[in-house]
Amino acid sequence: MQHNLDNMKLDAHIPSGPLAAKWDRHRFEMKLVNPANKRKFEVIVVGSGLAGASAAASLAELGYAVKCFCFQDSPRRAHSIAAQGGINAAKNYQNDGDSVYRLFYDTVKGGDFRSREANVYRLAEVSADIIDQCAAQGVPFAREYGGLLANRSFGGAQVSRTFYARGQTGQQLLLGAYQALSRQIGCGAVQMFPRTEMLDVVVIDGQAKGIVARNLVTGEITPHPAEAVVLATGGYANVFFLSTNAKGCNVTATWRAYKKGAVFANPCFTQIHPTCIPVSGEHQSKLTLMSESLRNDGRVWVPKRKEDCGKPPSAILEADRDYYLERKYPSFGNLAPRDISSRAAKEVCDSGRGVGPGGRGVYLDFSEALQRLGERVVRERYGNLFDMYEKITGENAYQAPMRIYPAAHYVMGGLWVDYNVMSNLPGLFVIGEANFSDHGANRLGASALMQGLADGYFILPYTIGNYFASVKPVRASASHPEFKKACQEANAFITRLLSVKGKRTAMSLHRELGKLLWDKCGMARNEAGLKEALKRIPELRAEFWHNVCVPGEGSDLNQSLEYAGRVADFMEFAELLCLDALHRRESCGGHFREEFQTPDGEALRDDENFAYVAGWEYQGPDRPPLMHKEPLVYEEAHLSTRSYK
Amino acid sequence: MNLTLRVWRQKNRQTPGRFETYQAKEVSPDMSFLEMLDVVNEGLVERGQEPITFDSDCREGICGMCSLVINGVPHGGHRGTATCQLQMRRFNDGQTITVEPWRARAFPILKDLASNRSALDRIIQAGGFISVNTGGAPDGNALPVSKEIADRAMDAAACIGCGACVAVCKNASAMLFVAAKVSHLNLLPQGKAEKDRRVLNMVRQMDAEGFGNCTVTGSCEAVCPKEISLNFIAKMNRDYGLALLKNR
Repeated sequence: MQHNLDNMKLDAHIPSGPLAAKWDRHRFEMKLVNPANKRKFEVIVVGSGLAGASAAASLAELGYAVKCFCFQDSPRRAHSIAAQGGINAAKNYQNDGDSVYRLFYDTVKGGDFRSREANVYRLAEVSADIIDQCAAQGVPFAREYGGLLANRSFGGAQVSRTFYARGQTGQQLLLGAYQALSRQIGCGAVQMFPRTEMLDVVVIDGQAKGIVARNLVTGEITPHPAEAVVLATGGYANVFFLSTNAKGCNVTATWRAYKKGAVFANPCFTQIHPTCIPVSGEHQSKLTLMSESLRNDGRVWVPKRKEDCGKPPSAILEADRDYYLERKYPSFGNLAPRDISSRAAKEVCDSGRGVGPGGRGVYLDFSEALQRLGERVVRERYGNLFDMYEKITGENAYQAPMRIYPAAHYVMGGLWVDYNVMSNLPGLFVIGEANFSDHGANRLGASALMQGLADGYFILPYTIGNYFASVKPVRASASHPEFKKACQEANAFITRLLSVKGKRTAMSLHRELGKLLWDKCGMARNEAGLKEALKRIPELRAEFWHNVCVPGEGSDLNQSLEYAGRVADFMEFAELLCLDALHRRESCGGHFREEFQTPDGEALRDDENFAYVAGWEYQGPDRPPLMHKEPLVYEEAHLSTRSYK
Repeated sequence: MNLTLRVWRQKNRQTPGRFETYQAKEVSPDMSFLEMLDVVNEGLVERGQEPITFDSDCREGICGMCSLVINGVPHGGHRGTATCQLQMRRFNDGQTITVEPWRARAFPILKDLASNRSALDRIIQAGGFISVNTGGAPDGNALPVSKEIADRAMDAAACIGCGACVAVCKNASAMLFVAAKVSHLNLLPQGKAEKDRRVLNMVRQMDAEGFGNCTVTGSCEAVCPKEISLNFIAKMNRDYGLALLKNR
């Protein structure tokens, strides 16, 4: 396919100098805002997860006037709360050879050399500060008997650098950030808008000047001008309908920013998590993740022979079991990175050796760990996960192996940002999962929490000051024509949704879209499938706008309306996702193109032609988007084939 | 399974509510309670009626957004289980299930089964934090915390802020919620400096929000999806008493 390339340069503004000195030097070179002037700058933070809450709290502590928005009833509910396993930091507390450089290298390699070196190095650098900050906030991290912080090794790492709070690390880190945010709300430094959804970014003379948001209880749509807008709105994995994301997670904020000119980068880099509870039926509304920390002690297997798949696992002899991860990847075994483990599970199930309903499952077996460690220790490490498994499936994993299958979980793609986490639209910053920058084509376990908090606590608070001090943006009036226009458009969109009055629910249309994407643009993709999806998506979108039924009214708490709006955006976004997947004729990380694999079925990267970030720019509803390339230059990490054998 | 649902419908805070009866047909035992409601709602929308409004988000028992009083018990009355984790296999074919919102003066109903729990946020804003700004924190290992204390703090910190403790309490008391946060932070050495201020301010805000007093019936502990112990209320009372004495 031919793509138009123009000359708009995606300049990442990476500071010069040696990698290890870049951030230090940049911090010195960035301009500062006088403390007395900070309160004159208003910042809008959309989203209150790890990135949003930490940013809103930190910016308010510095003295900026902050408005924070979330669609949930409280900022404490953002989906970061569901992260189970842990957070990485290069503390080397275990004396096992970890360092900032090793965390940097592991992350670049784990991302299959599709991330930006300088960003990743900075992430590894500030990782240690995050642990200190969270411990000081009272995050109850796991401790050793001596009182020091405990660590564990986590998916894809050979050192123990993961800090955790039982199986609820995301919850505890988010509550730490939420409490810091609450302190600022309590003293009036942050104005909080719960149950409020951002519907548009307002851009005036090329700069982001505020947002338009809808109060979900009253339906009122209001303009919010500010000197800067920060999107911390998470990822778009719910485009697959079934994912491990919370029901409310959506692409609306980033998609509407894209339609206002923000560049969307690498949307095809989606992560499928290997350890989720398999689908049980059509009614299913979401999938539940079982922390991948389980793979530290659990062994993954399927029967060697198809005939054994129907038997109970206890009836299958040891010699008849295929511990396929240990067999294929002897040095990483059950801890092989997410993309590799997921694909391996798909492969054995495709070969007819899957277990459970529909043959879409593999065993995660703890019998050896139970023998080695005893039930008490296993219960201490994973008790809540075993309980969760039993609640959902009605099965006791202390007695029989769990059944797991991969599910959409996280997205590495997102709005394009430069080194300052600012998008190509001046004044529009994007942090956390919503941006694209640090994980390349695949994210390592326990790195999402690290990145969200790094962006919010330690990166954005510096870089946003530099923007204010150097650009000196002026706040627009709420009655500016652009705000009026955005409010009118948001209202018109809602009226349009309500007036279709068709026969199908938004959920049934979303489910259909999700199924299409999971089949054609999920764990494995190919040209024919993607082309078919690109043909089907506009048809489905037309069906949506012709036949969706949204009951109720706009001036009320109307969950069907909220949801339909998000589905409408997924219907558009899905096309960009497939377009990006089609154009990237290589396999890397979470993006596996069947045409590009090694003889033994591993991903075949093409560094010569695809070592770049694909940034897509909106060109209007009837024209294909324009692609810009940001070349990825590796000065430190040596481009190599990822091998976990 | 086929079930009869009696669901509380209420347009908004100003309009009086009432029970409506719905039939839930061909319910799979593998569905969660909320997925069953999703299916009922799909049917309502297809028939041109307004679906039942209820809150939920993560659907894995951690965000605390879901609520629902099911047959008179918040979250349905299964130990350590939030509504979103309640599977339909816990119910019997032909059963009638009554579904109501959280009911408490401090939680005004917004619509149908959704209520406003911002009062809990305001209690946290009054003191449920450790006052450290970003940056300048000492090394994470500079202040050792014994495993026993860290574990107890974690037990308290597991609270998901759903408000079931309030909804079940005959006094609509928020003591378990407040005690969990006070205990989490007051137990840890990092939280000691503000121990007294914290408990005094949070209790003051709790009272100002219109929550009732605790008469130690223990119903809160019984319905808490995270099984937060009543002992934390005793700990908070002790901290509160000491703080009052010191600040007399």
